[in-house]
Amino acid sequence: MGERVLSISGMSKRFGALQATQDVSLDLHAGEIHALIGPNGAGKSTLIAQIAGSLKPDAGEIRLGERDITALGVARRARLGLGRSFQVSCLAEPLSVLRNVMIGAQALQGHSFRFWRPVDSDPRLLAPAHAALERMHLAHRADTPVAALSHGERRQVEVACALVLEPRALLLDEPMAGLGPEGSARLTELLETLKQEVPILLIEHDMDAVFRLADRISVLVAGRVIAHGDGPTIRRDPRVRDAYLGD
Amino acid sequence: MTRPHLSPLHSPAAATPAGPRRWLDRRRLVHGALLALMLLAPVAADLLGEVYYVNLASRIALVAMAAVGLNLAIGFGGMISFGHAAYFGLGGYVAGISAYHAFDGSLVMGLPGSDDMRVIWLAAVLLCGLLALAIGAISLRTTGVYFIMITLAFAQMVYYFATSWPDYGGEDGLPIYLRNSLPGVDTQDALSFFLICFAGLMLSLALTSRLMKSRFGAALTMARLNETRLATAGISPFPIRLVAFVVSAMITGLAGALYADLNGFVSPSMLSWQLSGELMVIVILGGVGRLYGPLAGAILFVMMETLLGGLTEYWTFFLGLVLLGVVLFARQGVIGWLAGSERHG
Repeated sequence: MGERVLSISGMSKRFGALQATQDVSLDLHAGEIHALIGPNGAGKSTLIAQIAGSLKPDAGEIRLGERDITALGVARRARLGLGRSFQVSCLAEPLSVLRNVMIGAQALQGHSFRFWRPVDSDPRLLAPAHAALERMHLAHRADTPVAALSHGERRQVEVACALVLEPRALLLDEPMAGLGPEGSARLTELLETLKQEVPILLIEHDMDAVFRLADRISVLVAGRVIAHGDGPTIRRDPRVRDAYLGD
Repeated sequence: MTRPHLSPLHSPAAATPAGPRRWLDRRRLVHGALLALMLLAPVAADLLGEVYYVNLASRIALVAMAAVGLNLAIGFGGMISFGHAAYFGLGGYVAGISAYHAFDGSLVMGLPGSDDMRVIWLAAVLLCGLLALAIGAISLRTTGVYFIMITLAFAQMVYYFATSWPDYGGEDGLPIYLRNSLPGVDTQDALSFFLICFAGLMLSLALTSRLMKSRFGAALTMARLNETRLATAGISPFPIRLVAFVVSAMITGLAGALYADLNGFVSPSMLSWQLSGELMVIVILGGVGRLYGPLAGAILFVMMETLLGGLTEYWTFFLGLVLLGVVLFARQGVIGWLAGSERHG
């Protein structure tokens, strides 16, 4: 296994009576896809929100590489190399696809208090944004407003937005949702090559994709990791079959 | 959506697939016509010896400039400030107080007064920036209705401070006996003063346009449309908004300094919530988030006030009808109606 890129230890979060995250510890190593599966309401998205920084955990520690990022905000974590896609796509709909992706390239190149040079003709922003879209097979959609995209395409734009940040780790929250079988297969292929560059913490309901892609799987039920291991181990685990996989 | 060539701001490569953008399209034609009207009408009035109309044009230019400032906050930044009179009035008081001390040779906070407009403008812009920095730093921690109310509350504090401070006229206001001066320009001459106001308006338009095309503008646009996306892309929305708020206040403050010189008078009414409201009405009438919206809105507002106001004191009833029409039927305001809609963002 490669070096440890992201590690979460002892993370807990409670909303009133609901224990959304309960002493969760996870890590992500270079070159791998670590899938997080579990039934609806298991706290997967809540966990991602805490790792990305939009939700503050009650307890626990998050490290990106050697660095403790528990106290940092969303923007700071993103600049340090934590890329994220959302379960419900989170884009500026009136803007073009390109504009949505360019903003990430801008953040990577230092502060945004640059008041003079137009972004429309800035190759330092255009080139990385086009490259990220190319990667996601979205080059032909660059000038289309996000509002005109299909659900599946929006998910791909989200991944492109994360890629342009040159992330050290990717958090993808159900990137396959709404893609259809063909798109899903293509994204699976893409993630397989992508993981060589950047490890991925993947939340996904498409079990075919999960078992094909994931090097390791953690199963989250009621805010707690009940099982952890590679694909075959998880498939055999009776608790997992009982709680999630059915049959 | 049907006219992608109308959106040079937002569609970076639109010019390439759609062929070269036409040099003169409807939008540019309307903008050019508005500016030409704004410039040529007072020149003609001056030739005819109608000083009243020259001063009316100066008033339109300054109100438009103040609204350009507000539009940066409301239209481009999504920050609905109901307190921009604070900056308009502060700019006015800077001009008034500085002239007052220059007149009797006394000191203000250890500094001599000045009747040089350049000094006054600099002081107005800096002080408005500082005030907006303090007000914005607190107000921008809230959103929505709370933001509207807290900016109003701060502006009311400034208003009551001015009414209760007797040194500079309190409720009665402060006259500027002799219009402040600018080297090489006869500021007493109505047309010369109009040209200064017009230059200020052009400068504020150019600045806003340039700003919104820059990286800062891209970040501000994203802060308005989807702040979660902005943060996820690695840019904190708060400092971006704060800087936009400060620049917005500076533009409005500079307009206020000139406005006091136009009237030869500054009073707490320049700080009143009614004035904040009028600026908002002008922005909405003209077209929220449209560069030339405030100019169109200011022309319409001041002309209605002058023409209808001369016929009936209930002219605001008709203003209300027009505003209602715009809000219901022309969301991009008068400018959207004249120049066509623009892809938003």
